[in-house]
Formats: sequence, structure tokens, C-alpha cells
Amino acid sequence: MASRIAARFAALRAEGRGALIPFLEAYDPDHATSMAILRGMPAAGADLIEIGVPFTDPMADGPIIQLAGQRGLRAGATLAGTLEMVRAFRADDDATPVVLMGYLNPILSYGPARFAADAAAAGVDGLIVVDMPPEEAAVLAPHAAAHGLDIIRLVAPTTDDARLPLVLNASSGFVYYVAITGITGTRSAAPEALEAAIPRIRAHTDLPICIGFGVRSPEQAAHAARVSDGAVVASALIDNLAKSLDAAGGPAPDSARRVLDQVRELAAAVRAARQGADAA
Amino acid sequence: MNKPLTRPNTLRSGPDAAGKFGGFGGRFVAETLMPLILEVEAAYAAARKDPAFDAEWRRLLKDYVGRPSPLWFAERLTKHCGGAKIYFKRDELNHTGAHKVNAVLGQILLAKRMGKKRIIAETGAGQHGVATATVCALFDLPCTVFMGATDVARQQPNVFRMKLLGAEVVAVESGAATLKDAMNEALRHWVGNVEDTYYCIGTVAGPHPYPAMVRDFQSIIGEETRAQMMEAEGRLPDMLVAAIGGGSNAMGLFHPFLDDAAVRMIGVEAGGHGVDTPEHAASLTGGRPGVLHGNRTYLLQDEHGQILEGHSISAGLDYPGVGPEHAWLHELGRVEYVNATDAEALDAFQTCSRLEGIIPALEPAHALAHVLKIAPTLPPETLVVMNMCGRGDKDIFTVAKLLGEDF
Repeated sequence: MASRIAARFAALRAEGRGALIPFLEAYDPDHATSMAILRGMPAAGADLIEIGVPFTDPMADGPIIQLAGQRGLRAGATLAGTLEMVRAFRADDDATPVVLMGYLNPILSYGPARFAADAAAAGVDGLIVVDMPPEEAAVLAPHAAAHGLDIIRLVAPTTDDARLPLVLNASSGFVYYVAITGITGTRSAAPEALEAAIPRIRAHTDLPICIGFGVRSPEQAAHAARVSDGAVVASALIDNLAKSLDAAGGPAPDSARRVLDQVRELAAAVRAARQGADAA
Repeated sequence: MNKPLTRPNTLRSGPDAAGKFGGFGGRFVAETLMPLILEVEAAYAAARKDPAFDAEWRRLLKDYVGRPSPLWFAERLTKHCGGAKIYFKRDELNHTGAHKVNAVLGQILLAKRMGKKRIIAETGAGQHGVATATVCALFDLPCTVFMGATDVARQQPNVFRMKLLGAEVVAVESGAATLKDAMNEALRHWVGNVEDTYYCIGTVAGPHPYPAMVRDFQSIIGEETRAQMMEAEGRLPDMLVAAIGGGSNAMGLFHPFLDDAAVRMIGVEAGGHGVDTPEHAASLTGGRPGVLHGNRTYLLQDEHGQILEGHSISAGLDYPGVGPEHAWLHELGRVEYVNATDAEALDAFQTCSRLEGIIPALEPAHALAHVLKIAPTLPPETLVVMNMCGRGDKDIFTVAKLLGEDF
């Protein structure tokens, strides 16, 4: 079976556009709401979906995703529970790629071999493990490869040309370009910076490249998807979700709908932005 | 994942090129930080080979910090215990009142060599923050210290000291707002300011090269102890005892003796309300291996790999991890790791004050609590060195409250 990620990027290339990759945090603010958001995302225009796995100490995340993780943990999120969400999602959708983003310790605790097997069986397609650079990947990468899971690597503005091949050779599925030297949900890269950064990476890899960190508005998503192969939007969606919650952090009746409406707006902008069109 | 724990010819050659002590340590950081970590590693390797760097560091230790710190024969405490001969390594007499300044000076000199323009640090009890703020004042470098909001509230004197020294203190509200969260926030800040900022880590944890680098600077403690004990007794000590939070004072005392098989070493973790309760900070006794803050080590964590909060009467020990070299020495069995409870540390704090006229910090009070337990069982010719790694001025308010005194 060709991987869902490769198939999806091939289809998008044929369409001549980039991907919209919205993010949700598992169990934020509770299981039912995050499940409703996950199920609704493909129809709202998600091309791939990234699911954050809550961790107590998210080193690379700003306050918005930190709080999302804390809400998720309070609601009982676990790695096993996150895999169950994907399994349930797969009952209705066998095409939309799902990527888990998280930190290494819950995976080590689960057991890397068992995790890779269970994640693949649940229908996960790729993994972004923030605190596992290529130098430390031996703990998980062989198990992921054995089960057909892509390891999607982050490339940062600080990743210099000497280091790029090491990072890219350890990548599969796609490459996630971290647009800023900073944590999630804080600031955005200048369009010119992205236009300079992506060709530098492109020169070293044939993998699709997607841009995340600081992609918030439909305009920013459209620009990112035009200069690269996709836009990851995370904190802006979580922010919107968080604002819909009641004082105790519980969901409002329209919480999921508000997030999905925002995904629709982002998708419309990304779909209108043809690749190869005037990027100026 | 663990490399087999075969015992090398020397225990002093670690870590390996990947920053590993056996299966512990490493560089588990986000890609944004990876190039910077490698830059710190290269800069430190070059600095170590530069005699001028070493000479400047030693000059500052002598004339600014007041090293060597004395090795004190605690005669009244020895009589009180009625067993082993007890010595204190007096690192509480250092400028800023703790051992932290040894490694801060080394790291700030390194930051200057690297051309960094500002310094950040995390702090728990405030001792590392005060040391960093002090050295930044000396070198005219802007300094930002991240401190959990809970610790800011319970360590007000140190917060004020840092401000007096010109540092900015950021109260971290995330998580439980203690040392672990301060370290998360310092790492996040560093990710956003990699170009001009050096992160001065306070203990033998974090990504490689920090555990090795901080250990190297702190090893001045053990090197001095070796020479001083030879002078005082004509032989090496039989036993070394030190408190363990992250483990920098212990690593500094132990490392120069690791290959002296006859020297027994004991690390004392914070037992809080007891290691059979959830309220403790004994990572080696009550934790299991995992990855946090850039290294693989023993961590307090739940069955899902979520990190637990440590608890200790001492704000400097309530960290849910421990330096990776300690994790390795624990698995090798070279160092014994025990624990002392809040109550035992509080007793030792008072005993030491009355018998020796030395008010210890609550951190070494844990080491002392173990000495009080073990010394009476040992023959009088046994030489025990306890690292008095900090003075207790910062703790008198906490202790007064626990003893029912109201100022």
C-alpha cells in the first residue's frame, strides 16, 4: 500500500496546490469535542491532519499549546487514548493522512516497538517527535520504518547547510519547516524570509516541504502553501477553541463548529492559492 | 535502547562523543536548538584546551569566590555521633553562598568567548540565579533568570538579591510553577533568542555538553578535597556524602575520586514526606529512565510517561530528574543513592547549627541527615567528607515557619 501521505501530496501536486494541515490537541478540551473536530476536519478542507499528543513539559510550545496540553491531560489524554481517536477516525476516513506530533517520553514509556506497531495499526501515518533529533532517532526510527510510519523532521532557520543533509536524510513523508527561531504561537516569519528559506531546503530534498509555526491567518496559510507544499496551522485554531470554552475550561455547544469554520476559511484561501502563481 | 552497562577501565572518561554515559545523557532537543548545542560543545572543547581560559577561571575562583574552600574537621559533630571522623567541605563559604558559582564563572567566561551578549538561567531555590546574576554584574552582561512563581513566593530574599544585582527575574506560571517549569521556560526563551543568548544551566543536567561541562567546573570541589585530605590525614577519605537534586555538588565532589575504588560515595536524594508517598523528589529511588530537558535519565513520571512534580522542603532539590551521570553511576553501583526526608533534614539543619555554629542550607542538610544516621555505625578511624554545598541564610524563613516562629 502506498503511504497515505505520499498519495495525498501526489494528488495535490496534480491539482497544482499546496496542503492545508490543521492541528488539534488530543482530548482538548475533552475527548468528545476533539473527536468531533477530528472527524469534521476532512470535510472542512483539511488535506492532512496533525494531532498533538499532550505532554506535561512541551519544550517547544508557547502558552496556547501548553494550555491545550494541560486541558487534554486533565481530560484524561494518554498516548493510547490518542491512538484510539485515530482508530475511530479511520472507520470513516481511510484517505486523509494523520500525523502525531509530540514529545519522546510518552513514547518511551509506552515502548517504542509496541508504539510503532499500535500506531500503524490504528491508522497513523507519520510522527513528529519534537525532542528527537536525528542524532537520537535510533530509539524509534527502526520501529517506525518497520511499520511504514514516516518520521517527519523539523528543519529550523538555524539548521545550516552543513547539517541539512543529516536532517533531511533522516526524514520521510514530508519536511516540516519551522518558520521562526522560536516556540509555537508567538510570532510569524516575514514572507520574504520564507521565500528565501524554502528553495534552500528544496535544493537538498525531493520530499514535500510544509511550513508551520506562526502561520495563523488565511492569507499567511495561502502564502505558505504557495511558496512550499503546505501550511500547518496550529495555535490560531487552538486559540479560537480556547476562547469558546466556559470558565471551567469546558466546551460550548458550538466549540467544534467554530474551529471547523476556521478550517474552512483557511482551506478556501489555500485552495485559491495556485502554486507557481505570482508570489510577489 | 540501553547500551550494555559494561564497566570501562576508568569511570572518569565519560561521556562518549554522543554525550552518553552508558545509555544516559544525549541531546534530546528540538532542531532549532541542535545547532546551538553543537556550537556550545565545540566552543567548550576549544576553551578546555586553552590555558588562558583555565588561568582566568582559576584567578576568579581564588580572588573573587575565595577558593579553595576549607576542609573543616567537625569535631563536635563527630563526638555527638560517636563514630566516624566527619569533615565538611565548606563550599557554603564561597561568594554567593553556594557551590553554584564555580560552574557559573566557567560558563560565563565561555559565553564571552562565544561572543554572546546576554545570559539566561533557571533557578529553583535561587542560589544558581543569584550566582548567575552576580557574575553577570561583574561582567556587565544583561541577565534574565527564570524562576517558578511558587519558588518566587517562597524564596523572596533571593529574588530581591537577583534584582539588586541587576537581573530580571521572570516568574514562570506554567505547570506547577517550580524548577522544572523554570527550565522549560528558559529553554523556550533560548529557542527564541539563539543568536545572542547563552543559557547558563545550574546543574549537571540538560543536553550534552552541559552535564559534562558543569561537572568539570564543579570538580574543583573534589580536587581540593583530595589535596586537603592528604594534607590533614595523609590519605584519601573513606566516604563522600553529598545531597542530590540535579546533582552538581555531588558530581563535583565525587568525580575526582571515581577511580579510587576504596572511596565509598553516597548521594542523598530528597525523600520529602517519604519515598513511599507521592511527595518526594528521589528520582533514582522512585523514578525510572525517560527523556526530559534534553537528556535521558531517571525521572519521576506516571505510567504514561507524564512527568510528575517533585516535592521537597528544599526548593533546590524538588526537581523530578537527576543528572545523567548519576543515573549511570547508579546503574553501575559505583555510587549508592539513599534519601533523607524533610523531617530528617530539618533535624540535621538544627543539629549542625547548634553543634558546629554553621547554619547549613536545606540541601546539604539532607546529606548531613544521612551522615548523622551512618556515622555512629562506623569505626572512629573512618574518614567521612560531607559537602556543605550551601549556607542556610536563604532558608531561615522556611525553617522558622516550620518551627512555629513568627517574625
